[in-house]
Amino acid sequence: MSKSLNLFVPALGGAALVLGLAYGVSSREYGADKIETLETRVAQVEASAAQASANVQEGTAEVLRLQSELEELQMTAGTGSSLTEPAPVIDGTFGLGRVALAEEMAAWDVDVLPDGRGLPDGRGDVYTGEEVFVDKCASCHGDFAEGVGNWPVLAGGFDTLANKDPVKTVGSYWPHLSTAWDYINRSMPFGEAGTLTPDETYAIVAYIMYSNDMVDDDFELSHENFTEVEMYNSDGFVVDDRPELEYAQWRTEPCMENCKPTVEITMRATFLDVTPEGGGESVMNHASADDSPVFSASADASDAGAAESGATGIDPALIAAGEGAFRQCKTCHEVGEGASNRTGPVLNGMVGRTIGSVDGFRYSGVFQEAAAAGTIWTEESLAAFLADPRGMMAGTRMSFRGVRDEADIAALIAYIQSFDD
Amino acid sequence: MESMAKGAGLNRRNFLKSAAAVPAVAVAGQAAAQGTPDPLITELQDWASYTGVGVDETPYGMPIRFEDDVVRRNVEWLTASPISSINFTPIHALDGTITPQGCAFERHHSGAIELTKGDYRLMINGLVDKPLVFNYSDLERLPRENHVYFCECAANTGMEWAGAQLNGAQFTHGMIHNMEYTGVPLRTLLREAGLEAAGDLSDKWVYVEGADASSNGRSIPMEKALDDVLVAFKANGEALRMEHGYPVRLVVPGWEGNMWVKWLRRIEVTDMAVGSREETSKYTDVYEDGTARKWTWVMDAKSVITSPSPQMPITHGSGPLVISGLAWSGHGQITRVDVSKDGGITWETARLGKQGDTKALTRFYLDTDWTGDPMLLQSRAMDETGYVQPTKDQLRDMRGENAVYHNNCIQTWFVNEEGIAENVEVS
Repeated sequence: MSKSLNLFVPALGGAALVLGLAYGVSSREYGADKIETLETRVAQVEASAAQASANVQEGTAEVLRLQSELEELQMTAGTGSSLTEPAPVIDGTFGLGRVALAEEMAAWDVDVLPDGRGLPDGRGDVYTGEEVFVDKCASCHGDFAEGVGNWPVLAGGFDTLANKDPVKTVGSYWPHLSTAWDYINRSMPFGEAGTLTPDETYAIVAYIMYSNDMVDDDFELSHENFTEVEMYNSDGFVVDDRPELEYAQWRTEPCMENCKPTVEITMRATFLDVTPEGGGESVMNHASADDSPVFSASADASDAGAAESGATGIDPALIAAGEGAFRQCKTCHEVGEGASNRTGPVLNGMVGRTIGSVDGFRYSGVFQEAAAAGTIWTEESLAAFLADPRGMMAGTRMSFRGVRDEADIAALIAYIQSFDD
Repeated sequence: MESMAKGAGLNRRNFLKSAAAVPAVAVAGQAAAQGTPDPLITELQDWASYTGVGVDETPYGMPIRFEDDVVRRNVEWLTASPISSINFTPIHALDGTITPQGCAFERHHSGAIELTKGDYRLMINGLVDKPLVFNYSDLERLPRENHVYFCECAANTGMEWAGAQLNGAQFTHGMIHNMEYTGVPLRTLLREAGLEAAGDLSDKWVYVEGADASSNGRSIPMEKALDDVLVAFKANGEALRMEHGYPVRLVVPGWEGNMWVKWLRRIEVTDMAVGSREETSKYTDVYEDGTARKWTWVMDAKSVITSPSPQMPITHGSGPLVISGLAWSGHGQITRVDVSKDGGITWETARLGKQGDTKALTRFYLDTDWTGDPMLLQSRAMDETGYVQPTKDQLRDMRGENAVYHNNCIQTWFVNEEGIAENVEVS
């Protein structure tokens, strides 16, 4: 603490209170149940003043100044504080509130515990569940619980939890079946929460289990067999172990100088700029790699950024998704058999050819420069361009703000790659 | 410049653009002041001659229109629908520590609802001596306290696990706000219902639940419930905003924002964690090997430089520069913040602003002289437990890249000679 005292001394007004707090911290144990009071705050300030007085005897002008600040603080300590003395504890109760009625508790207390307590009587089978699911759930979660758009995937993903992008579904991740029943019953369907009957909820859960290959198609789930279900990932969770693994290591005096020999930029958000439009539009969209003359990048940042979206093996499903995503491009671009230049150039065989090289198309200056330099369209550079056209090719006439969804970018590239020159 | 017509005032966003194009814009004004007289001083201005607007022009005032870019912003691709989504506090443009309610981030699971004080009910049931129902006015009759606390979403900075992504402190660190709450300690309400029936409290929980369609529910250990949790109905002196749970929300100091249940309607004393969707499927942290941490409630010490930052470039050239930022810890008070200008090779200790409550935002400043050379700016917080905010590499070595939640890494901004800042990762 004395080290931080010295560091605080030259600071401007306001440091005095910090100093007081620093002493307060060191001089008492901050149990989680402690409630700050004005008295303790004043006591801390006084303790600091006493320390400051001791330092005065060493004769430094800084400490004299500090002491006067502390005195000022003591005078004003009673005002402007956000603290409140603790609420009084009384014997007995205040007698406020009224007794909750059984009907009221039955209406609101519907949560289901992992051991099945709270489940109402009822049953539902996979077949019924499929009907209810398609009717009430599939618009977001897909007919097969595979998820639509950004809505949650409910099925599959087994053995992906250690992958780069784990697929966390009811089957692959959720440790308790009760969670599914409870959540669906209380919070689903989205926009019509609380409208399912217990039997419908049992049926939907049975169908989700079936979608996850947990049961056969003749399975029926009920309050009677509910707790017999074993979840795939029930042992996959550990209670927060940061105290043992992390705090033990990271509660150390940190390095202040010569902490490492050199520093290089290894990745720049500029090249994976998914910052939203509006206030988020980054001035760095107009930057180039040449803007870092001192701190040289050790890796090709555009590679690092676009690696995820690169679609090397062309997956038919990805191409199909890309066809959908391409709708937003169709206004200006054609691709495929018989395609020709329109507002934008034809895109056949784009990846692998020189940028700005389609015959008969009038390119903007930045594209002409790239063509002259012989720069090739790669999956990576196309991904970067799709994400932020004007950021990557400043001066392009393509009036398109970019594709926000990385999955859409990957799909678009796959789709474009599916058409040869 | 789509908003040139919006007003004569300087819109910061446009200012950023023009600053990027003409870095010396601010300096030019000063040079003029040294040569020719400044007409803003020598000539009579309209505002110094004509009268302004009267009182009651806006019975509840909004920020002046020149600040209309200081607003919450959303990242659309993050979520499927704005009804179940999150937006970000413009921390880059704020100073001090208190977050105005109107720009404090929102997180809804089924949208923000309108619930009147008259329709408000709070039930306490489960393992209590006497299950109770309170109405809003009951809460106002119980002894209340005021505390400043930060509320940080566990997913704050979560997009940065795999690498630098979003260019702006608002987007990398804006899932946080810091308000002065007025409320009744939860322990007061639990005592009203009586905990004799719960027996040994050391293994008991409270399950808290909201009144909205998501009925977001979380299990909180009884020890915490009896400690500093507040049932709050005011923030920064006025009623909670709809988007923050009007009329009543839970305040769980230092713990992840998802537990701060809005539109709080029910508190159930239980003998086990409910294992709700929000504490199993979500808000659990997957390790590199596929196992997951659960019950990771505390938000560890963290800090970020809010200016300069990608949305707040240096526009004044070299010379005096205030580097400013925010630090916080769910374990208590921030005791020190160090700032590095060279990506972590050397560090200087910053000046801390006035501290309020424990588990509240602390403002820090490093008053420095900018040479005009590029900088790699970082800040590193320490809290009262001696915990030092880790680097991205330290976190990744420990947890991998798939944890989603609880990313409290040291953030790096690259500032170039023009003063333009960018989100980067460094070796």
